Amino acid sequence: MSDYTDKISDVVNQVPPSAIRRFFDLANEMKGNVISLSIGEPDFVTPWSIREAGINSLRDGYTHYSPNSGYIEARTAICDYISRRYSVSYDPKSQILITVGGSEGLDLVARALINPGDEVIIVEPCFVAYKATVMFAHGVPVVISTKEENDYKLMPEELEAAITDKTKYLILGYPSNPTGAVMTHEDLCAIRDVLVKHPDIMIISDELYCELNYLSDRPASLIQFPELADRTVMINGFSKSYAMTGWRIGYCIGPKPVIAAMTKIHQYCIMSSPSTSQFAVIEAAMNGDAAIEEMRNEYNHRRRVLLKGLADAGLKCFTPYGAFYAFPSIEGLGMKSDEFCERFLLEKKVAIVPGKAFGECGEYHVRISYAASIDNIKEAMVRLKEFVDDIKKGNG
Amino acid sequence: MIDHIELLRMIENDARLTNEDMAVRLGVTEEELAKEIKYLEDEKIILGYTTNINWEKQLPEHCIGMIEVRIAPTKGKGYDQVANILSKYDKVSACYLMSGGFDLMVIYEDKSLRDIANFVNQKIATQEGVLSTTTHFILKKYKANGIMFDAQDSDDRQAVIL
Repeated sequence: MSDYTDKISDVVNQVPPSAIRRFFDLANEMKGNVISLSIGEPDFVTPWSIREAGINSLRDGYTHYSPNSGYIEARTAICDYISRRYSVSYDPKSQILITVGGSEGLDLVARALINPGDEVIIVEPCFVAYKATVMFAHGVPVVISTKEENDYKLMPEELEAAITDKTKYLILGYPSNPTGAVMTHEDLCAIRDVLVKHPDIMIISDELYCELNYLSDRPASLIQFPELADRTVMINGFSKSYAMTGWRIGYCIGPKPVIAAMTKIHQYCIMSSPSTSQFAVIEAAMNGDAAIEEMRNEYNHRRRVLLKGLADAGLKCFTPYGAFYAFPSIEGLGMKSDEFCERFLLEKKVAIVPGKAFGECGEYHVRISYAASIDNIKEAMVRLKEFVDDIKKGNG
Repeated sequence: MIDHIELLRMIENDARLTNEDMAVRLGVTEEELAKEIKYLEDEKIILGYTTNINWEKQLPEHCIGMIEVRIAPTKGKGYDQVANILSKYDKVSACYLMSGGFDLMVIYEDKSLRDIANFVNQKIATQEGVLSTTTHFILKKYKANGIMFDAQDSDDRQAVIL
């Protein structure tokens, strides 16, 4: 059997392979000589007290399944954290599900809400999994392309124009991967005003980067509007804020019936999230605020160093105030983002990611992660300047 | 406005950063930064700029003693008189007044156990007011001044699609 096309499901065949797979393979092969500013994960190791909590749980013999929705101690600790940081209360018994990373939440929400043909509004450029999870669930992604001149924020009129009678939900991911854009409480008020006019639309707020906000020391979120509370699901996790990517642990919070539907899928497909990670999360949620703040300060320093490097290299970049990415423009250099990144990798040995991977409107941009040491960021920016100068000379 | 604690943490971690470097990281001008550092120096909040050195690697003969000292306080001056005298010795790298079963903790660095023993015998025990001493020697340093001695700093993250 050499051709498996008709064996694989249509929907999986229809989802294009990741545009950056080949590029990452290339970078991995060159590993050793390459400075990587391409990876979307913290370079910090998980703070020790959190690691220790996981280790202790193993030593104490907690090696079994947890309840499907997670240990009640972990759910309570997370609900306390949400109440402390967002000033919104949720019932740990019925309004939260602990998942395998934020990504599982994206998949669960799609499968729990979408009927075939339902439309889902996706705000690009965005995390690559939004579109794919909607398509796997037989939904139809409806893309809004945000604009650099709007600081990559979702504008209320853009949302209004994308809504049809088939719209099932809107998924919003701020602070944004890949642009680093944030939406403030005032920005979200304008979105709220549109959503109250369309009471049937569910709202999914992906806030994995909520603690990495350099404008404000409090997260701003759609969950903070009581008038939207009965239809807003927040997807969140510990990977980015607490440097816990490998623990694979996240959570979804929202209205009881939606969480119940998601839990139904979760219990058949996953059973329960890793128990060791849940014990680590109890420590993180209860006592991790200081560790987060220290990392956020360090990221903020790196952000400024990167922005200065980009300016020195002559690349225009809107100022990102969230996550750990910058999304500079390469317009005017005469090549697309794919070619730019591949040549930059081969010629200067620095890995960054083509903006097109995050949506059509990301073309002529590149994503640069500053979850790397300051020395590496500075060296990469020296090489970027050389590279850009080379291109300009060649073009001239 | 520069957050002093943020600035101090940064400079504590790496005293060799240039003013330009620090100004970029904090998002301020070099002039603003220089002014704040001068203020912190003038106020004796920044007392100096030192280097963390793993002396055991450079000097085969290097020995650190931690000496507990019990003192009969001097009238009017408490423990300060003895503490000030002991602190004057260059090889005393730290001297603390402690709560608990003894009064001063003196950290003393020299070439050998014998040198440290001599210092205890000849310089500490002979001070007026010193009642007794207990000397501990450091066998191995794992962490000092917030730095792990055998920490690895390689970045071995692998590329993943996200």
